[in-house]
Amino acid sequence: MKKIVSIALICVFLCLMLTSCGGETLTLKVYNWGEYISEGAEGSYYTIREFEKWYKAEYGQKVRVIYDTYTSNEDMYSKLAAGAVSYDIAFPSDYMIERMIKEGMLEKIDFSNIPNYSNIDSNFKGLYYDPQDQYSVPYTYGIVGIIYNANVVDEADADGWDILWNPKYSGSIVQFNNSRDAFGTAMYKLGLDVNSTDKADWDKAAEELKAQYPLVYSYVMDEIYNMMEAGEAAVGAYYAGDYFTMLDAQADDVDLCFYYPEPTNYYVDAMVILKGTQNKELAECFINFMLERDAAVANAEYTYYASPNKVVYTDEEYLEELGEETIDILYPPIDNFAEQYNKYAYRNMSAEMLDYINALWEKIKIN
Amino acid sequence: MKTASRIFTALVFIFLFAPIAILIVFSFNDAKSLSVFSGFSFRWYSELIHDDATLESVRNTLILAVSATVISTVMGTAAAVGINRLRSKWIKSAINTVTDIPMTNPDIITGISLMLMFVFFGRMFGRSDSLSFTTMLLSHVTFCLPYVILQVLPKLRQMDPSLPEAAQDLGCTPTRAFFKVTIPEIMPGVITGAIMAFTMSLDDFVISYFTSGAGFQTLPVRIYNMTKKTVTPKMYALATIIFFVILTMLLISNFSDEDASEKRKIKRNNRKAAKK
Repeated sequence: MKKIVSIALICVFLCLMLTSCGGETLTLKVYNWGEYISEGAEGSYYTIREFEKWYKAEYGQKVRVIYDTYTSNEDMYSKLAAGAVSYDIAFPSDYMIERMIKEGMLEKIDFSNIPNYSNIDSNFKGLYYDPQDQYSVPYTYGIVGIIYNANVVDEADADGWDILWNPKYSGSIVQFNNSRDAFGTAMYKLGLDVNSTDKADWDKAAEELKAQYPLVYSYVMDEIYNMMEAGEAAVGAYYAGDYFTMLDAQADDVDLCFYYPEPTNYYVDAMVILKGTQNKELAECFINFMLERDAAVANAEYTYYASPNKVVYTDEEYLEELGEETIDILYPPIDNFAEQYNKYAYRNMSAEMLDYINALWEKIKIN
Repeated sequence: MKTASRIFTALVFIFLFAPIAILIVFSFNDAKSLSVFSGFSFRWYSELIHDDATLESVRNTLILAVSATVISTVMGTAAAVGINRLRSKWIKSAINTVTDIPMTNPDIITGISLMLMFVFFGRMFGRSDSLSFTTMLLSHVTFCLPYVILQVLPKLRQMDPSLPEAAQDLGCTPTRAFFKVTIPEIMPGVITGAIMAFTMSLDDFVISYFTSGAGFQTLPVRIYNMTKKTVTPKMYALATIIFFVILTMLLISNFSDEDASEKRKIKRNNRKAAKK
């Protein structure tokens, strides 16, 4: 027994030493969504290791990247705000960036250290959450569209938001299972402002959702993947990038198609530097690296989300890899993206409004 | 009646093992889908081998589980010996109740309260990253400890207290008597306790989720974070491997247990025969 214990202890210490040795090494702590970066599976580009290699070659100094993941903006926010963890870089979504700027959680970025920032399409500058472009560098963006099974749905019906209310498809419609996105579908349909502070607007949308209730097969988030792939459900709204994930796995008798209703919801996820960073220049160096051609293309191919990086969507290899059809869906021509985005994207709402919306939502779902 | 009870047993087993069976079957699916089985392949297993990030989280999980098991087994055994020696019944039952609390407490409450405590002390020392491997290890030891104590205590009670006394009579020092006599007697309890601690630590998600710090993510936390997109069948492959490893471990421990108790029986019988 003694032997077993001592061997086990030795193993533990060896492992600990292996993880902590290395002398003069810089560390960079990156906090990102799960599955949101190319991680070297199947011999693909391993972003983190490539950065370490590149930095060593460029500056002659070792750097170790600590890379962790989170599932939601709220999850990341609460851990950072509680002071439970500290990171140098995070990838929050738009509304969360606005909130973090307000609460002083972000560091201003020195753009002279990020020459590749010029790769970012001008459509993605001056967005509402960071109007002066001081705190964030966009990483991906996405647009909500309608996914439908063409073997069930009549092509003629595939237009606008009305399809989600079409009684013909009763029992095959899936709706978002969170208040903001579900209300969004009704408000776009009715032409209301999704950031309205007028309770009457929300009441109207709630009526619309109540009318939809008997037609709905299920209220879903991630379950939508399996339901659409298997043909269990025939109509639902989700992000374009996720549509391709479903397309990859659809059953034989399912023919998934996609279109954008108008208006619709947009989101942007961006890289930010967090207050309290140990090495701001290193963080800026990392952001610059992420905008470089190799890293940016590999990540766009991996995540299947649209990139705001000009170098990516003009890259021949990338265009070929994804194919013309995919590119057409992923990068729809949008006139004045910034204007559309600032008008139709969800923004942070006051706690009072959120409570009101959630109360309405609960009532609809109890029905 | 008999057929009814058989059917019932069969249903229970189906209910218990159908999910695992489905997971194993789909880990060999050639396609990504959960609804269509498009052919047998090892594709996800080979992808898993090349997924460094996932393998690192597996390594992290194992480091944490082994360390937590070793620490909590040593501490738990020592605690059990201490508790067993207590004279006052009242204090004994009080201590037993206290050690049971982390076990009966919902994980989420244990997790949040541990996180709050770590952050609170971290703030006191002016740190903005109070969570780390150490805090995670402390938390795991906290919830593993009662399981070890619970397994070791009954063995101590079963043991004849005159055995270590006899050893001391025959010239052992108290420490030596403890290691030579007490420890071998309670060994089965210690091992079961260690195995329980290991499995508890291995599959814990909630507490790890709240107490994990930068740069040390365990497998359950990583899988959870994958839900932004879908969980890939790579994870089914990994779960299948883990399932079989645990299964063989259980089988081995079961067989060796039986072996040991058989041997002990034979020894006892021999002794009895010799006495006669």
